[in-house]
Amino acid sequence: MAKTIKANIPAGELNQKWENYKAQAKLVSPNNRKKLEVIVVGTGLAGASAAASLAEMGYNVKSFCFQDSPRRAHSVAAQGGVNAMKNYQNDGDSIHRMFIDTLKGGDFRSREANTYRLAECSASLIDQAVAQGVPFGREYSGYLKNRSFGGVQVSRTFYARGQTGQQLLLGAYQALMRQTEIGKIKLYSRHEMLDLVLIDGKAKGIITRHLDTGKIERHGAHLVVLATGGFGKIYYLSTLAMGCNASAIWRAHKKGAYMANPSWTQIHPTSLPQSGPYQSKLTLMSESLRNDGRIWVPKTKNDQRSPNQIPENERDYYLERKYPSFGNLAPRDIASRSAKEQIDAGKGVGPLQNAVYLDFAHAIAEYGKNVIEQRYGNLFKMYQKITGINAYQEPMKISPSAHFSMGGLWVDYDLMTSIPGLFAIGESNFSDHGANRLGANSLLQACVDGYYIAPYTIQNYLADEINTPKTNVNHPAFEKAELNARLQLEQFVNCKGDKTAEEFHKELGKILYDKCGLSRSEVGLKQAIETIQELRGEFKKNLLVPGDVDDINSELEKAGRVYDYMELAELMCQDALSREESCGAHFREEYQTKDGEALRNDDNYAYTSAWEWTGNPSKPILNKEELIFEFVKPTQRSYK
Amino acid sequence: MKIYLKVWRQQHKDSKGMLVEYSLNEVDPEMSFLEMLDMLNLKLAKKGERPIEFDHDCREGICGQCGVMINGIAHGPLKNTTTCQLHMRSFKNGDTIYIEPFKAKAFPIIRDLKVDRSAFDAIIAAGGYVSVNTGQAPEANSIMVTHDEAESAFDSAACIGCGACVATCKNASAALFTSAKISHLAKLPQGQKESEQRTLKMVDRMEDLDFGHCTNTEACEVECPQEISVLNIARMNYEYNKAKL
Repeated sequence: MAKTIKANIPAGELNQKWENYKAQAKLVSPNNRKKLEVIVVGTGLAGASAAASLAEMGYNVKSFCFQDSPRRAHSVAAQGGVNAMKNYQNDGDSIHRMFIDTLKGGDFRSREANTYRLAECSASLIDQAVAQGVPFGREYSGYLKNRSFGGVQVSRTFYARGQTGQQLLLGAYQALMRQTEIGKIKLYSRHEMLDLVLIDGKAKGIITRHLDTGKIERHGAHLVVLATGGFGKIYYLSTLAMGCNASAIWRAHKKGAYMANPSWTQIHPTSLPQSGPYQSKLTLMSESLRNDGRIWVPKTKNDQRSPNQIPENERDYYLERKYPSFGNLAPRDIASRSAKEQIDAGKGVGPLQNAVYLDFAHAIAEYGKNVIEQRYGNLFKMYQKITGINAYQEPMKISPSAHFSMGGLWVDYDLMTSIPGLFAIGESNFSDHGANRLGANSLLQACVDGYYIAPYTIQNYLADEINTPKTNVNHPAFEKAELNARLQLEQFVNCKGDKTAEEFHKELGKILYDKCGLSRSEVGLKQAIETIQELRGEFKKNLLVPGDVDDINSELEKAGRVYDYMELAELMCQDALSREESCGAHFREEYQTKDGEALRNDDNYAYTSAWEWTGNPSKPILNKEELIFEFVKPTQRSYK
Repeated sequence: MKIYLKVWRQQHKDSKGMLVEYSLNEVDPEMSFLEMLDMLNLKLAKKGERPIEFDHDCREGICGQCGVMINGIAHGPLKNTTTCQLHMRSFKNGDTIYIEPFKAKAFPIIRDLKVDRSAFDAIIAAGGYVSVNTGQAPEANSIMVTHDEAESAFDSAACIGCGACVATCKNASAALFTSAKISHLAKLPQGQKESEQRTLKMVDRMEDLDFGHCTNTEACEVECPQEISVLNIARMNYEYNKAKL
């Protein structure tokens, strides 16, 4: 039976909620903290910052990542910047404005209290990162610099050239390594989580596989934090790292954690277009490029001329035309969908006619090449390496691609899932972004969750656990979880079919792009669900995994991830099908205005879907968290 | 394109490795080097053979996890590029390509082209940070850093920790990696306070691990994907001497 669920939002005025929470949250005294153990899975911005912060407080932390070093987590690849409310530019920014921008950017499908807290904590993050030595862009005088970003009209984005994610992550990673040296963090790199272990209904540990040996291990703690990022890689071609996956959150979902809004994957407007069938991923070009680059397509279909030969009056600067007040800085869902419209109308450019131009000629003429080089030089270099084209001389070709998961594990205000003792932070939760994430808010949310929220809310939970002894990994729950994990791996290896996990993944990705990507329809989603079910059936019978379970085996790692994707993909389609409205990243063709804009339905769909696992991936239960807009009246989102 | 490959295959850390020959007929010049390896691995898997293990993740040149010796050059022939950003257009039809793991005593081979670079984490753990706990930080603009200081610190901070500098060095020295972090933090006011302890601890840790000494051949800078300058090594030596005085 579907139920309505509560988010445990503290009472009081919006701007008092978090302060009140912190003032009332339970504390653990320092001598008790050293008796308590915490598992943090993932070492990106959320995981590393949470692990370091909790270790600094005195808790014993076990930190896990599948990469060879925590420094490689995919937060490292975020380029453009991180938002924070400092109002350094005196351009009218405030916590309230940042909150509104985020809420509006998310198409009024996020929780007011969480979104406000994000804006509220943002300033502290910049202080923290600067103190760690993150070399943010500076004015000649020594003050911090800002730039503007999609979806807003102020300059509140802090950046470190085009490598902001890398520098923030290195800051968090260094803090993590500092605690590793002290012994407060025990680091398990090249470990992948296979299952979550519950004892008496509480999260008490995980089962992992050591990727260098194949050894399956048990790890216990007083609670588990998942900081395992997004699952955009489910589309196969995406901007995510090859190893990004949904397995940790999906397996937690199968143990009882609700999965929220899984169909809301942001399709990023500025990635490099696919160049051939062999392609394994799409590379993102920072959205900050839209500050100075102008997006256009030729006015005529199938125009084969090189871009520099197409005169101004034969170009359609369609974002500037359609959205005059935001122009090229229109939010991501709008910019992506507009690009798709042009491509679908036969105006796409490039060999596969799957791209639009991002042109810097005007900016170079206005500011000079030097300025553009200083702002985006590394991105131009990257573009040249990948495509062989010099973008100072001709426009870049860009295309939309799957990027950020707004969906993820459902969490309450404490960032705790529906399983007691299981927290989800950063992109692995659904939290603050609503139906569409505003640019430069992802790094912010990951960091804020890890540095500033989890340390309070986790401590609040741990205060009741101080008399709980260390978790016994010989408990039958661990034995059972380990056995199940082993059986599944053996099943993959023993299947001995003739299609690799990667081949299945490519097929699945294509179904999702076509039917549950930039636009969705009832007919398409129903077809997708059927095709996914068939593909899942084939996967069980025809999977090919060479090698052994108890050994290094990348193919086996992929098989587990794709198996989970097969189930999650169906839930994404179910979720998209159940939401009979268009909002943010979710554009249902049946629900649009006369101008082709998204038509939201607040009366019936102002809720977060929180899906419950039933044992049958085709029969999930939809629970709802009603979104109550106590302080802001949702308005039609317009960027015209 | 037709490409001939000679790939280092090694079962385990302690087993004996050897170069194994493969060939691919349908290589597209637009493919990345790792996508070419994917193609080979798919072929191997379909034949029931064990695919080649290699490290990679972001495939956009920033995570630092990929990296092999290609015809004896770390990350291959293209200047300042990671292996994932090397494309097959850099090779010619009919070329023979040698692919080997990064070789250094401090980077033991795990299997095939995969190596263990956790020694780099150990160097950072020794002192590669500013000792600031969460929540202690002052208002960001109270720490003034000029544009040039920030840019210069960034040049050092940009290291991705791929290990090409070690792999290409005849002594397998980690001087470029270590010095980049020392310089990054020493160039900023917030990192200067503990610069002496940091430098001593990081250099000592580097020497305790199985890295060799720097003899200023500067090969590291030549093959660094991030163009990290050897001037960082000079800076490290300066900081080290200053700390010792």
